Amino acid sequence: MTNGISKNENIVYDVKGLNLWYGEDQALKDINLEIEKNKVTAIIGPSGCGKSTFIKTMNRMIENIPIVRTTGKILYHGQDIFDKSVRVEELRTKVGMVFQKPNPFPKSIFENVVYGPRIHGIKDKALLMEIAETSLKSAALWDEVKDRLNDNAYGLSGGQQQRLCIARCLAVQPDVILMDEPTSALDPIATFKIEELIDSLKKDYTISIVTHSMQQAARISDKTAFFLMGELIEFDKTSVIFSNPADKRTEDYITGRFG
Amino acid sequence: MDDKTKIRQLIQENVSKKKNTTDKIMPRFFLLMAFVSVAATFGIVATLITDAAKFFSQVPISEVFSTKLAPLNANPSFGILPLITGTIMTTVIAMLVAVPIGLTAAIFLSQFASDKMRKILKPIMEVLAGIPTIVYGFFAYSFVTPMLMKIIPSLGAKNALSPGIVMGIMIIPLVASLSEDAMNSVPDIMREGALGLGSTKLEVTFKVVIPAAISGIMASIVLAVSRAIGETMIVTIASGSSKAFTLDITQSMQTMTAYIVEFTSGDAASGTTGYYSLYAVGLLLFVFTMGINLIAQHISKKYREEY
Repeated sequence: MTNGISKNENIVYDVKGLNLWYGEDQALKDINLEIEKNKVTAIIGPSGCGKSTFIKTMNRMIENIPIVRTTGKILYHGQDIFDKSVRVEELRTKVGMVFQKPNPFPKSIFENVVYGPRIHGIKDKALLMEIAETSLKSAALWDEVKDRLNDNAYGLSGGQQQRLCIARCLAVQPDVILMDEPTSALDPIATFKIEELIDSLKKDYTISIVTHSMQQAARISDKTAFFLMGELIEFDKTSVIFSNPADKRTEDYITGRFG
Repeated sequence: MDDKTKIRQLIQENVSKKKNTTDKIMPRFFLLMAFVSVAATFGIVATLITDAAKFFSQVPISEVFSTKLAPLNANPSFGILPLITGTIMTTVIAMLVAVPIGLTAAIFLSQFASDKMRKILKPIMEVLAGIPTIVYGFFAYSFVTPMLMKIIPSLGAKNALSPGIVMGIMIIPLVASLSEDAMNSVPDIMREGALGLGSTKLEVTFKVVIPAAISGIMASIVLAVSRAIGETMIVTIASGSSKAFTLDITQSMQTMTAYIVEFTSGDAASGTTGYYSLYAVGLLLFVFTMGINLIAQHISKKYREEY
């Protein structure tokens, strides 16, 4: 707050005037938003509002859809991620992603966790084992799987699979973790565990999470962005959004009047 | 915490050191390999067409589409219709055997058989596909033909019926196996949807599973037809080399493939009309199978149920 430099260091993502089109349909309209370090930023809004599109743009995953076109800037630590000099693989190593449905590889639990470090050149067995252990511990899964690390990941329950995917993401030590509705396929107990986990992860990582559930956003996030029809309607501290929203549309949505 | 920073640094160092050269070169290599198969196809077609063109320049079209095939006569005639009828007759007989038996076997295996039964039956059935075609030809000539003679006394020692039937038997596993795969890949939730409305298993099979799997089933039948048209050994052995134009399946006929076998084994000197006739027949075979594939694509697109 006192000087510009320290404020800048706390900003991980600075989105400036982002527009995105699927062919002719504009899915994101002039989005401006800052994501702060070691905070959980929730993105809420009704289906089709562009929240998943937005989060997938932050690690350029959206470019897998060929008809997508963007304008504007997304500065990641001051560097525009759309710049030609940015290697998308490098960006995605720093910005991890957890998907809507648990998507472990059809390999053993251990192999799932060390997949990332392995392809990034870590060969030392002892170090890989250490990475697997710390990642699984951070993902609060270690105690449940430590005796069966060589079993197939598909033998785990849905909630365990999702925590394994989080561990897999943590294993490459990203800076940011993007989560696209990570609990929408899970039951309440598994959801609770993931939420607890997110809370414990934010001291080491910056987290941005898309969620359908407003209660979830209220429970776990520090700041909340409300999207509607591709526009960012309101972005503020979560406590403000849920107690005293500035925009009538935000109020209507969080009180359940639509969406 | 310190460990985490160390690992982060190590990984990011490695990632930034990675070169993208292989990522750029490999796709080009893959393209090249894909191009090889495309080029081979064009090469084959080009050879067929150029040499077949020589045939058509030497033989008038009216003669080509006549019923008189006598390539080795002093006054040779190259009517192609006897070969076409020979091919069509044996193929039709084969399909009459293979499609009903193959499809019903597929329905049984995918919808009604227990897991245990399927595990025993399917491999046994697929053994049929592993038998060399020359064995089938021998089987047709020395076993099926004599047996059929007891039922149809006028049956010739070489005839179209027996190799047709044996070809059908050979193709059963192809139809059954591919159709079964198609039916098995229909998602269970569709079956459950119909069962939940009170359908019987048979209704589920015919009203839900088969319509959903129809494009796969069609594909299996088309593959079977192409296989029957291209099949050579069985018909060469058991169907003889009569070049008479006839629809009588109890008599000897020659298929296009058998004609090519007969003439490449020595009778046609290079450069003669008879030699070029091989290319013309080869081209015709190619056109046949390609036409069938196009029809099949059209049918399966038309009847496909998206899921």
